[in-house]
Amino acid sequence: TSAVMAVAGGWGRLRLAPLAGRLRAGSRPPLRSVAAAAAPLYDVVVSGGGMVGSAMAAVLGHDIHFHDKKIALLEAGPRKECDHMPDSYSNRVSSISPGSATLLSSFGAWDHVCSLRLKPFQRMQVWDACSEAMIVFEKDDLDDMGYIVENDVIMSALTKRLDAVADRVEVFYRSRAVGYTWPLPSHSCDTSPWVQIELADGRRLQTKLLIGADGHNSVVRKEAEIKNIEHRYDQSAVVATLHLSEATDNNVAWQRFLPTGPIALLPLSDTASSLVWSTSHEHASELLGMDEESFVDSINSAFWSNVNHSDFIDTAGAMFRSAISLLKPLGTAVRQLPPSVAKVDPGSRAMFPLGMGHATEYVQHRVALIGDAAHRVHPLAGQGVNLGFGDIACLAHHLSAAAFNGSDLGSLKHLLKFETERQRHNVSLIAAVDLLKRLYSTRLAPLVLLRTWGLQATNALPPVKVRI
Amino acid sequence: QFSLFRFTVKRLFGTSHPSVDSKEIKKFQLLAHKWWDEEGEYSALHSMNDIRVPFIRDTLLNMSSNYHLGNPLSGVKILDVGCGGGLLSEPLGRLGASVTGIDPLEDNIRTADQHKSFDPVLAKRIQYKSSSLEEIVEESMETFDVIVASEVVEHVADLEMFIKCCSRVLKPEGSLFITTINKTQLSYVLGIVVAEKIMGIVPEGTHEWEKFVPPEELKRLLESNGFSVKTVNGMLYNPLSGSWSWMESTSINYAMHAVKSGARGQSSSTDTLSELESEQPSTTAGTAV
Repeated sequence: TSAVMAVAGGWGRLRLAPLAGRLRAGSRPPLRSVAAAAAPLYDVVVSGGGMVGSAMAAVLGHDIHFHDKKIALLEAGPRKECDHMPDSYSNRVSSISPGSATLLSSFGAWDHVCSLRLKPFQRMQVWDACSEAMIVFEKDDLDDMGYIVENDVIMSALTKRLDAVADRVEVFYRSRAVGYTWPLPSHSCDTSPWVQIELADGRRLQTKLLIGADGHNSVVRKEAEIKNIEHRYDQSAVVATLHLSEATDNNVAWQRFLPTGPIALLPLSDTASSLVWSTSHEHASELLGMDEESFVDSINSAFWSNVNHSDFIDTAGAMFRSAISLLKPLGTAVRQLPPSVAKVDPGSRAMFPLGMGHATEYVQHRVALIGDAAHRVHPLAGQGVNLGFGDIACLAHHLSAAAFNGSDLGSLKHLLKFETERQRHNVSLIAAVDLLKRLYSTRLAPLVLLRTWGLQATNALPPVKVRI
Repeated sequence: QFSLFRFTVKRLFGTSHPSVDSKEIKKFQLLAHKWWDEEGEYSALHSMNDIRVPFIRDTLLNMSSNYHLGNPLSGVKILDVGCGGGLLSEPLGRLGASVTGIDPLEDNIRTADQHKSFDPVLAKRIQYKSSSLEEIVEESMETFDVIVASEVVEHVADLEMFIKCCSRVLKPEGSLFITTINKTQLSYVLGIVVAEKIMGIVPEGTHEWEKFVPPEELKRLLESNGFSVKTVNGMLYNPLSGSWSWMESTSINYAMHAVKSGARGQSSSTDTLSELESEQPSTTAGTAV
């Protein structure tokens, strides 16, 4: 009877107990072991079946030390997969770094991506609207700097790899988690030590480790009462699929910093590119509402117009450039011209608001956050999903070692190692991206000069460029 | 350079002597429910798993040609003597072994049983018994592939008897893993004076320096009772990081791996050697290591 009461009480009140530090001392009693015993127990549950959540589940499913473990992936939406891509390109694309590509190939997903479609690029040209300053990134041996891949393609590849390990990874589609019950600290032995999960349809799961990959509005993070430092930018991103005026070796990624925000052209094929234009909310709505011709004109003008130049800055910039060329004759790379746009795919225009966020903690007892649930950045550096893939590589490494040592997977000991490594890596990058966003959001001469010279100097200094 | 070492309360051993020291039992009684607090009194034993589990695992993997993906110790029958709350039994069980954990203190066994009960895989693979080593010898002749006696032999009254009992329950060519503390000036200063009297990390009187076992003595006893010592490694505890590491010198803590010789009838007693099936409820159809 007390067990039934506990269950009923649990279902009625799913708000979580206040947390004390990493090991929670709940003020409401967790489920008694009898009632909880009915729910199936998993070794790992990943909440959120986007690119990062699906990849996390797939990586663990392919890990040899997880061969006999039970993993579950919870995804609120339906299954996404297609054997062949539609002719038109999707407007949501990601820039995949070589490191992320390595991770994806470690469990066979990259092969699927390559068999669908992707566009490698060897060069990135980034320049300012308020001056001539420019920086070019390319690898010495002209290796691929990165790949532009549609998000649908990545999801399709991940779904295939999840199918391949279906005996280990159970995917719950159309299953939203509505509540989490956290265990008491491990040394209180009389109640269930596992995380309890309740789904929207009433089903329950238990797990030894819950991985939150449920995006920047993460429910896992909120329910675990992990503080999140967040800031909404006064910007939205407009995305669209564009067709170029003429076919070209489209292997350069272009980005120009306008005072209203950066506009980027990411290659999809020799004739098509993807647009990511971060700008004010009003301007974004305008762009969406315009007819197609005006829209295309705005894009071309954004890339080509020099209306924001001032003589002062131009002169100062030119002087600096000649100074550099005295010291380092080959210091500045050749300036290429971006392609001009002829058409936009009808119906491919969309916008979404931008923000930044960073969770103060990535882990707690039996909980880990990865991807946008842990950190959210401005798309200007094309880093968002790559940070998530980096989280996966690190967490999977620590979990694999823990499994091979027979450790309790939810133990803070190895989770904290993951947190330390990733926070060290992510915090500086997120701060730098945020700083760049603010630095480039102004027309004020001193700041423009600063960033002009900074950009030109960085362009001329190989060691700094390589680090980026 | 004075490094501080911290030793936690050791689990009580499965004694070969029927009269287990009741004073020792009382000491451990108080802490019976503290086993699973990773930051509590037993934190150093928890972190010792980071080196002793890989040590056991890799030694056994090197000796065996079978490898079961995801369960490296699948099919291996292990006896964990002085298992306490099951800190070492559980990781070994997770790696696929069938583990029997024995401890003379009932409260420890109760804690261990309760902790494993929530994990159906562990509940099946591990069996706990409140018992001394001597008490299970009769029913477990040559039953186990591996015996683990970690932080135990320094509490044993009659070490030679203990080793003889280990030999009886171990299959021929089975492995014996021991971790314990050396009997040196250093271990007295750090293990007793500093840990117990100065820093008060270990309850005073937990250890008796007289009972510490030098590796040479342990080796001699093992080899004169049908064992062949394969490995001796020194261990070092860093109280600042709370972690263990291997070191050359065995002057404080050390680990030893010995193998029982393959020929039958090595024991000096007149026991007949019969291949009895283990009486433990858990059985795995596994191949011997």
